[in-house]
Amino acid sequence: MPAELYLNVAIGGVLTGLVYGLMALGLSVIFGVVRVVNFAHGEMMTVAMYIALTLFSAFHLDPLVMLVPIAVVLFALGYALQAGLINMFIARPEHSQFLLLIAIAIIIVNVLLILFGPDSQNVQTAYAYQSFQYGPLIVDATKLYAASTAIVVAAALFGFFRYTQLGTAIRACADNQTGAIVVGLNVKQLYALTFGIGSACVGAAGCMLLLIFDVTPSIGPAYTLLAFVIVITGGLGSMPGAIVGGVLIGVTEAVAGLLFTPSAKSMFVFAILVLVLLVRPQGIMGQRTA
Amino acid sequence: MSRKSSTSSKRVTRRSVTRSLGAVVLAGIAPFNIVRAQGNTLKVGVLLPRSGVQAGIGQDCQRGVDIAPSILKELGLPALEIMNADTETKVEIARSRAEKLISDGAQVLVGAFDSGQSTAIAQVAEQKGIPYIVNIAAAPQITEQGYKFVFRNFPTAGMILNDAFANQKELFEQTGAAPKTVVFMHINDTFGTAMKGGIGAVMPKFNLPYALVDTIAYDPAARDLSVEVAKAKATGADALLMVSRLNDAILLTRELVKQRWSPMAILSMGPGWYEDQYLKTLGKLSDGPLSFVPWYDPNKPLSKKLEDALAKSSVGVNLNTNHVYTFEALLIAADAYKRAGSSDPTALADAIRKSDITNNVSPGPGILFNEKGQNDKLKGSAIQNRDGKLLTVAPKVAANAKVEWPLTPYDKRG
Repeated sequence: MPAELYLNVAIGGVLTGLVYGLMALGLSVIFGVVRVVNFAHGEMMTVAMYIALTLFSAFHLDPLVMLVPIAVVLFALGYALQAGLINMFIARPEHSQFLLLIAIAIIIVNVLLILFGPDSQNVQTAYAYQSFQYGPLIVDATKLYAASTAIVVAAALFGFFRYTQLGTAIRACADNQTGAIVVGLNVKQLYALTFGIGSACVGAAGCMLLLIFDVTPSIGPAYTLLAFVIVITGGLGSMPGAIVGGVLIGVTEAVAGLLFTPSAKSMFVFAILVLVLLVRPQGIMGQRTA
Repeated sequence: MSRKSSTSSKRVTRRSVTRSLGAVVLAGIAPFNIVRAQGNTLKVGVLLPRSGVQAGIGQDCQRGVDIAPSILKELGLPALEIMNADTETKVEIARSRAEKLISDGAQVLVGAFDSGQSTAIAQVAEQKGIPYIVNIAAAPQITEQGYKFVFRNFPTAGMILNDAFANQKELFEQTGAAPKTVVFMHINDTFGTAMKGGIGAVMPKFNLPYALVDTIAYDPAARDLSVEVAKAKATGADALLMVSRLNDAILLTRELVKQRWSPMAILSMGPGWYEDQYLKTLGKLSDGPLSFVPWYDPNKPLSKKLEDALAKSSVGVNLNTNHVYTFEALLIAADAYKRAGSSDPTALADAIRKSDITNNVSPGPGILFNEKGQNDKLKGSAIQNRDGKLLTVAPKVAANAKVEWPLTPYDKRG
């Protein structure tokens, strides 16, 4: 097979992986601070995808243009969920939290089924069928736009956590909850803010993924699983790890499909996960805990 | 004075009340069952994938159910009581829904579009002794198990392939052009793998002008087929030979456009490429693919009736395989019920086995089953998408248009 074929496929994998990374970043942020595993993560992304789809169908608003307002809506949803419901479960056993979030996921899937039906739907933007050609390389325009936006959003998030007072407070809360309470931080509110930020992340990722993939109400669990694979590979709770994990999984999917049979590419994604768990259980960029 | 009741033995006790209630319940149920068995409608359980990956196709099949009552009435056939069930595109759900329909009183089962789901339903139907008419499913093994209650008015994978290759040769002769190489892409599900096996077995018999340069299987739930198309394009093949479904057909076409590859022809041996959602989603980009599929004979009188009924019930929807074969499954049930004069499962199964319906829609002499319960007289067609319409281009006896060849390149469609 020619070298440009490998390069084309690898570039496609990197671009898709960046968006996967942003999606998983939300899960990682929530776990890193709140220590709750969001089992409704993929389903929340599906909500964002349907909001973007509805806005596009009704007003022809491009999902990338609507990314910020939709992220704000998802922030509000995440904040309300944490403040109104999950905070009550923080001190309860982990299985209670799992069940709560799985219940939320099931409710979301079924409400979407009632509202939008089971058909897969997509948006047909002006650039939906465009690609850029550089010699033998062909780059999918939608993937390029989505991946570029994912980089900008991820960079903004890193900046927020590193350079703002609120971001520093959230990191303090994640590092030492007791210490954060002692210095007077409102931990429960910070948890709600963090859950909101994680949800906003997945909302933004949903807008981008809608440009690449079709949406159906039932795709949520597959994305939740994918997000788990990415954050465990990259390092649970590590923000750069989520992006690195996303790119690694995106490229693995693409190259495995090319080198072996495409129908078995998921097998290689899980093989990477098993390998990471064996060789570096804390994930590629995760920190080993005592 | 003691007052000894003369009816002390008839005193009301907890046991007598229970007995009386039991008798009342039994008395209530028994006549109901008799009425049900002697009723003048046949209860038909229609199992379709109304949600899940195949939801669009399942709902399209439902249109065939929706247009049936008025046409059956016009043909002088008895009314059917339809009991709908959703298989959720899952084999295990198809099995449990079939069991539920039978326990709820279904006297005949119809469905289920997909070979895997239909195989599961066939096992249940045979076990319970309830006739099952497969509307659409091509895996040969469904009618190779020696089942007595399972019937299929749809070609097997082998029949589809034989007719597909025969029709391809007819088109190559008609146009005087043919691809020299093809790449075969197929969905990796029961239908796709059965077709793959069949192609390997049948192709050599036809002495086709092209060689198969690569075979690419892909996941039925794939969200992205860019790698698969890149791999196919890299083979340099003249044409694409496809076995797919709806969602993947749309994804593949998008990738063909984005990766700037317009093969000489797309030769599809299954669903997907001719379906309304494909035409509506892709607009001009949907024009050109040739589908070698079980279709309908546009020249048969009943086809016109179906087209008219569908135009009324589903505006802008083209009559297709899903509607035709789902409708014909109900036609078979109603015709057998009329001849059997009973909803007794064995009598119904015998009547279905003796079907000889010549006023039908599918190409071929009519609906009649061999000893295995398979209609082996069905003929396949070649259809082409043109300006949102589906035109039959082969075989000549059932054609209503000439083929357009080669495929207009995607970047030259305005």
